Amino acid sequence: MPSAPARSVRRRRTPTAPELIFGNLWEFDPSPETADPKLKAQYDLLIDGRFVPARRGARFTSINPANEKALAEVALADESDVADAYAAAARAFPRWSRLPGSERGKYLFRLARLLQDRAREFAVAETLDGGKPIRESRDFDVPMAAAHFFYHAGWADKLTYAFPGARHVQPLGVVGQIIPWNFPLLMLAWKLAPALATGNTVVLKPAETTSLTALKFAEILQEAELPPGVVNIVTGAGATGAAVVAHPQAAKIAFTGSTEVGRHIMRATAGTGKRLTLELGGKAANILFDDAPLDQAIEGVINGIFFNQGHVCCAGSRLLVQEGIADEVVARLTLRLRSLRVGDPLDKNTDVGAINSGEQLARIKRLVAAGVREGATLYQPPCALPRKGFYFPPTLFTGVQQSHRIAREEIFGPVLSILTFRTVDEAIEKANNTAYGLSAGVWTDKGSRILKLSTELKAGVVWANTYNKFDPASPFGGYKESGFGREGGRHGLADYVTLS
Amino acid sequence: MPRLPITKTPKVYVGGAFIRSESGRTFPLRDARGRLIGHVPQCTRKDLRNAVEAAAKAGPGWARRTAYNRGQILYRLAEMIEARTGELSHALAPASNRAAAREVAASVDRLIHYAGWADKCEQALGSVNSVAGPFFNFTTSEPMGVIGVIAPAECPLLALISLIAPAIVTGNTVVALASEPQPYPAIVLGEMLATSDLPGGVINLLTGLRRELLPTFASHAHLRALSGVANAEERTALERGSADSIRRVRLRADTARTDWFADTAQGLSMIRDLVEFKTTWHPIGA
Repeated sequence: MPSAPARSVRRRRTPTAPELIFGNLWEFDPSPETADPKLKAQYDLLIDGRFVPARRGARFTSINPANEKALAEVALADESDVADAYAAAARAFPRWSRLPGSERGKYLFRLARLLQDRAREFAVAETLDGGKPIRESRDFDVPMAAAHFFYHAGWADKLTYAFPGARHVQPLGVVGQIIPWNFPLLMLAWKLAPALATGNTVVLKPAETTSLTALKFAEILQEAELPPGVVNIVTGAGATGAAVVAHPQAAKIAFTGSTEVGRHIMRATAGTGKRLTLELGGKAANILFDDAPLDQAIEGVINGIFFNQGHVCCAGSRLLVQEGIADEVVARLTLRLRSLRVGDPLDKNTDVGAINSGEQLARIKRLVAAGVREGATLYQPPCALPRKGFYFPPTLFTGVQQSHRIAREEIFGPVLSILTFRTVDEAIEKANNTAYGLSAGVWTDKGSRILKLSTELKAGVVWANTYNKFDPASPFGGYKESGFGREGGRHGLADYVTLS
Repeated sequence: MPRLPITKTPKVYVGGAFIRSESGRTFPLRDARGRLIGHVPQCTRKDLRNAVEAAAKAGPGWARRTAYNRGQILYRLAEMIEARTGELSHALAPASNRAAAREVAASVDRLIHYAGWADKCEQALGSVNSVAGPFFNFTTSEPMGVIGVIAPAECPLLALISLIAPAIVTGNTVVALASEPQPYPAIVLGEMLATSDLPGGVINLLTGLRRELLPTFASHAHLRALSGVANAEERTALERGSADSIRRVRLRADTARTDWFADTAQGLSMIRDLVEFKTTWHPIGA
């Protein structure tokens, strides 16, 4: 298909009138969220409906990445605890799976409602434990988690409608689920809701640095009087996760996290007959054409990479700008960067909160240093970072080549790599020139071009003239090394059932 | 004096051409009475890589065809097979004539089944999703790319077609390894593919030894999915090898005792297994 040559579009020059630069030039009064997160000093595992300490009594400390202060002591599950969890889930499975769908659904509706009731408390806990801005946990993570339960609740008694031609829709059994630290509660909802709606029972392992909202959710499971053993929560690090993957009773492993760990899980489950879904890394291209609505596009690009400090597997971390507007776009982005407020995640004015862990901060710094070393041009706005805690300023790289590590590797931080292109075909080729294929963004005013790109881009989610939108009804998941299986919608149910 | 018949040199159908293995290796194939049928190519990993290249080259064009067109081509293939039932039945020996004719008929019917799916599966697989916001949100299916098909020993024609048809109907292309003990039907099938309007490279058929070729099926990064039948040891190796490229693996256990003649061996779920789902968002506004 012939592609339109790059046109130079005449645009108004950047106005010379005085500009309002907020950022650090305008000090805002602190506006901290003060709701009580109701955290306990100590958390145990949820096994068979009861809170129990780890058999060996081991614990680890969960800290607040915003100030490195300890938040709570969390039980560290080992193989024996994981085995207990699987045994409980296996005991609960026959009754749970035979429950009429309408009854199972009512439990999920309850979970949605109870979470909504305690939304503010959960939002504060999520921000404390993970470092994300309270505005995001309050307006996105928690309501979206509740929405996932509400959506899937309604599926429980309608499963045959989800699969045309299938006479019987059967659950798999006990499902092992391992979730990441970037959206702890939301990922819990993405995993639990479809598994439970379809009649499976679950052993869930939250990420080591962000276990607290899952353990608070365990309280909600109890409040909802979910039958014991239907959901079991084991906390810990990599070894606990490995035990969840290795347990012979797992009918399926559902994992969200890095591609590297995804590969380990594929190898570990090879030949076992365990079903597998993987939602892994990404290096999404956000493609900006010269006819795009620029005001919206700039906000979309900013949201695409700085949402949740860039700890987003579908983050628009590669900006592909059509050459004719590259200078203007970079100028607008640098200006916009200066008004992003980095700091206390609990402050309601904060745009970019704390990096989730010291380890992740070190990784971001390593890759940014590689970007500078390989010859890309770095821009960071002047901003004072808090002295304690893990922070990284919003960062742009211009002059990025496709071979640069910052254009190939997932940084999982607030770092945007900007590349340029001339033609539609070049944009498609560059966008697809990655091992990943989770998401992509397209900004253009031309409808046929949007549909061409959404067809040609090898990505599971394509956002056209928008970015980072999610919904329980909208299937999410990757192509290529971004994993397989979908979460959400009718398609997400398929990975938790067998059809006959 | 009886006329001495001309025997056929078995060649495999790869990239739209009939080839011998690049290695020149063959293995003899004999009928039930021990008479030589021919020397079948013992394909190598290099042949497999060449076949993947041919399949990859054919992929975009095949995927761009309209679903209606793909359906017609599958139907045309069924026509070709039906017309040459006798020849294929003969190739299915040592099965009895009746059993062989039954397998050919079932293979034709299977192709007809999938020919009809071509322009309907999207309506059953895709969706428009009601999201909580002013967005038009829809999910469509897309072909995965090059699919590695590993056919079982049994039902050398029917099982092979049952695995290939749901892959290509949506626009995937296929590299298939034929039944190891009974490769001859795949050789004859290749001759029908060549006359069926199917573009070269969409289906590539290899004959050879599983133990020689499966390691390359396991490791080849351009095979986006594996479909077929394997024993426990083979599955472990194929699944482990698939970790490197996060490949989709849709293997059945050889102990699953699939009844390839049954209706359960066909249908939408086999198509669903070999597509990717893509969700597109667009704002609704003036």
